[in-house]
Amino acid sequence: MAQKDMISIAKENLWYNNPVFIQILGICSTLAVTNTLINTSIMTIGVVFVTGLSALTVSLLKSFIPRKVRMIAQTLIISFYVIIVDIVLRAYVPEVSRALGPYVGLIITNCIIMGRTEAFAQSNPPLLSLWDGITTGVGYMYILMMVAFVRELLGFGTLFGFQVLPDTFINWTIMVMPPSAFFMLAIFIWILKGYMFRKEVKK
Amino acid sequence: MAPDVGLISLFFASIFTSNILLSNFLGMCSFISVSKDFTSSNGLGLAVTFVMTITTAINWLVYNYLLLPFGLEYLRYIVFIIVIAAIVQISEMIIERMSTNLYMSLGIFLPLITVNCAILGVALFMQIRNYNFLQSIIFGLGSGLGWWLAIVSLASIRKKVDNSPVPAPLKGPGITLITIGLMAMAFMGFSGMLNVQ
Repeated sequence: MAQKDMISIAKENLWYNNPVFIQILGICSTLAVTNTLINTSIMTIGVVFVTGLSALTVSLLKSFIPRKVRMIAQTLIISFYVIIVDIVLRAYVPEVSRALGPYVGLIITNCIIMGRTEAFAQSNPPLLSLWDGITTGVGYMYILMMVAFVRELLGFGTLFGFQVLPDTFINWTIMVMPPSAFFMLAIFIWILKGYMFRKEVKK
Repeated sequence: MAPDVGLISLFFASIFTSNILLSNFLGMCSFISVSKDFTSSNGLGLAVTFVMTITTAINWLVYNYLLLPFGLEYLRYIVFIIVIAAIVQISEMIIERMSTNLYMSLGIFLPLITVNCAILGVALFMQIRNYNFLQSIIFGLGSGLGWWLAIVSLASIRKKVDNSPVPAPLKGPGITLITIGLMAMAFMGFSGMLNVQ
């Protein structure tokens, strides 16, 4: 594939058509784990793994799957990778796996993965689909990491579990509770879209 | 094994304080995209409640009588999602036969439910928290009603928001997320009274 294609796909997925703040997809399973950076990073790495490889697999198998059953076939391919992620997490980081609870399994119903396999992998060659899947996952990852960064810093005064803020800092309890995830994501959307609009006006 | 949770408090807690959407973030995608319009939110809420109650019951039976005895717990994701897809298909056929009116009003929402994370989420929660059969049904029904209540309220609020002066970058998803956040805070106000975890 041409080099330029790959770069433009990455630009699309990371910025102009970002799955989180432009398309608002797949925020279900992961907003819940943005209260600490460790959980978020492990969860999003799992998502990158699943999006990349399931896009690759769907693209490889696309000529063998009849159109009528492609949805269920895609779901099975995705669940296959999610089970791998689940087993690996339980074996190597059991405490994180327990903290994530059912949310690892819910990667299956993450709309981003289904959306990418349906919209891109169905009609593109395997390597390009893998690249598309990975960049979409990364586009998802960095937004959620930013949300988790603010929530953990203000909610617990820590980053990756290390104390960062001085003891005199009073933790904002609201930051570890569900509503703040909505507020933080809304504020990020506001800032990023505002920046985008300003750029467009300049052009 | 089942935790000691009263059925009535479980029912109300799953509607209000542990609302599947506002405190567990499940079913957000369809929640945000469908809540633009009151009638379709109502239809989707009804369908979700219906499917959620039935699939939770069936998934409980499948998990406890098929997967556990044979030591196949790790297959649960695949099995749960297949059960959900099958139930959605079957209920689509039954509803079409029994009441064409209801079928027309639900329309595309029935197939959409298969990929609604809330349904799979409820099945996984019920399995992780070791609910017994009756508790699972109550939990499924309560979560469905909670989801319905949340989407109908959001659709009504969004109607007002449409006419309000909102900064351009915040229009659409941004202001909707802030509204959901405020709703989540309001629902959490009940949490002193009831709690299940």
